[in-house]
Amino acid sequence: MQGEVNEFKPLIVAFCCNWCSYAGADLAGSSRLSYPADVKIIRVPCSCRVNPLFILRAFQRGADGVIICGCHPGDCHYTTGNYYARRRMTVLFRLLEFMGIDRQRVRVEWVSAAEGAKFALVMNEFAGAVKALGENVKLGDLRCKP
Amino acid sequence: MQTVAERVIARAKELFFSGEVRRVLGWERGEFQHERIPALYETAEQLEKLVYDEYCGPNLSKELIALSKLEGRTLAILKPCDARSLNLLLREYRVDREKVYILGAGCTGMRGRDGLLLKCETCRGKDFPVFDEAIDDEECRKVPDGDRFADVCRIEQMSGDERFLFFRSELSKCIRCNACRNICPACSCNQCVFDNPDSGVSSKASADPFEDSQFHIVRAFHVAGRCTDCGECSRACPQGIPLHLLNRKIIKDIGELYGGYEAGGRSPLIDYRASDGEA
Repeated sequence: MQGEVNEFKPLIVAFCCNWCSYAGADLAGSSRLSYPADVKIIRVPCSCRVNPLFILRAFQRGADGVIICGCHPGDCHYTTGNYYARRRMTVLFRLLEFMGIDRQRVRVEWVSAAEGAKFALVMNEFAGAVKALGENVKLGDLRCKP
Repeated sequence: MQTVAERVIARAKELFFSGEVRRVLGWERGEFQHERIPALYETAEQLEKLVYDEYCGPNLSKELIALSKLEGRTLAILKPCDARSLNLLLREYRVDREKVYILGAGCTGMRGRDGLLLKCETCRGKDFPVFDEAIDDEECRKVPDGDRFADVCRIEQMSGDERFLFFRSELSKCIRCNACRNICPACSCNQCVFDNPDSGVSSKASADPFEDSQFHIVRAFHVAGRCTDCGECSRACPQGIPLHLLNRKIIKDIGELYGGYEAGGRSPLIDYRASDGEA
């Protein structure tokens, strides 16, 4: 029992677009699919709304992984938002990797409103990957640690 | 036979005295032998101090945002790299083209305290993308063949932890003086995200190691796709941090992934293809 208490539980911040992925998360819930409770969802109007600063701030405040979920390319509610997000995040992730930050801690996934199962799968997989990496010590602010 | 520098100064004075331009933006001597400071000349008396030589590294193009709002035309002496930065500002409607007279000045590479400036070792070329008049000669048109991505490639070869330690040790020298932001010609927002006292990155006093990285990642990313690779961030840094590496990494990636861009062209980050690779 003691072992379970001390087990590392990654904190994951998921930026979900209002139109697809947030509804996908909702569907995962109403379909009774389980995904880690450590995934904290932040609803954004579009995956394109995610400013690089949001990601850095999430890491600073103790997140171990950040995932951005949006509509599938071509299905964006605003037509093209996710295409811009894709380019932007590709460049940002490569910059983070260049600075020595684990590439596996950040991810972009496309989840539609009908893909509750995919949402649960993606979150389980991502949480597993981040858990394997361990605690985020490179980016965290020590003052934010308990 | 006059040198390029003498011709540039003579021509600037000529245009000023003929009334063509109201003021001249150039450099003046600083405290140290290798120091040249941006200076604005508005009278004939002041204009005697105008200098153009091998130490005129500072990029003057950003000053034109404010100067082009004044009455009358401003003459600016710009080197080829400065003209590229101005081209970006023109395309973004930050500078009124009618209000500036661009005197292109040939350059054989600028020097600082420690010899040739880093940005000049990997010169991007000696063409002026925008000018009213250019003064140069054969010598000024020779482009050194330094590979501007050599340093980026070298760091890419390191392991993740080595890269992390390299950047942590470099960026922890940052004293948050904002010189890199203030000098950057692509960084021209009236209200900067870093001027927000709630951002937590506005002063070194409250900073922890990560905030240095955060500041520099965001600074580099805000100019992604627009950076003209003028190298001023590294030159202006009083701590000697190689800040241009972050910008060059972005330029290199954008070039590899989406095709390169030239200063003043359409930024690849405000464009997309359905066939782009996944992040």
